[in-house]
Amino acid sequence: MAQHRLTARQYLILALVALCAPLGDTCLSRGMTRLPAIPIAHPASLVAAVFTPWIAAGIALLIAFFASYLTALSWADLTFVLPATAFGNVIVALLSRFWLQETVSMERWAGIALITLGVGFVAQGPSRTETASPGAEEAHSQ
Amino acid sequence: MMLPDPLAQPGAWPAAAMIAAVVLASTTGEVLTAAAMKSIGDLDRIRAQSGFGAAVRAVLTSPLFFAGVFFLALAFFALLFALNHLNLSLVAPASASLTLVTNAIAGRLFLRENVDRRRWAAALLVCVGVYLLAH
Repeated sequence: MAQHRLTARQYLILALVALCAPLGDTCLSRGMTRLPAIPIAHPASLVAAVFTPWIAAGIALLIAFFASYLTALSWADLTFVLPATAFGNVIVALLSRFWLQETVSMERWAGIALITLGVGFVAQGPSRTETASPGAEEAHSQ
Repeated sequence: MMLPDPLAQPGAWPAAAMIAAVVLASTTGEVLTAAAMKSIGDLDRIRAQSGFGAAVRAVLTSPLFFAGVFFLALAFFALLFALNHLNLSLVAPASASLTLVTNAIAGRLFLRENVDRRRWAAALLVCVGVYLLAH
């Protein structure tokens, strides 16, 4: 279990984890803010919301996120994968600045710097705690 | 004094309760899902050895996975409900950054992950960063 270095494919999966979640959340937000207020007494209206286009698109992106997230969790710790999820917010902020030409405030640049620093911290360490069963490694070598 | 506004946001306590519901449900769901994936083993390896179907089967036959999905679904509907009543600029950073910290604690307690100083520091940096970015 000494191998903690990630392969290019594993970095690709982490990139999908990072990108799909914030894009999916943005779609959900767009969809939900366009709907009238849903009272707590009518939870069934939340189910109807699932079939509106923005919510459906958000759900599709979140399914893609979930598949890559599960794959990442199968070879890395939860506390390693989660900062990668947060890095997606940085990607979205940078896209909105350089692609959509939105202005990014000093507070947001500070946020981008902190997240990047945090993700850099975690990425330098091992991706998995060394308590996993040795059986998996043996099975692989057989 | 402010006039009552029919479109006003809910008060501080209901807002905190909505965010706490999202954070609690998603932390429980994520820890259960992570525990399931840890017990299943490397999906890439299963796929390489026994095919894509075997990898899907390995996930879909894990009771822990379904327990995790149940709580993640609960978190999802709690999020939809919160987004319907509160601004995204409050819900997203608050729930995302709080979940990072609760997950670091739960990861250490329940998953026995080695949350060393580096990971604690990262959880806090990312937590403040997400808040600044999305606020």
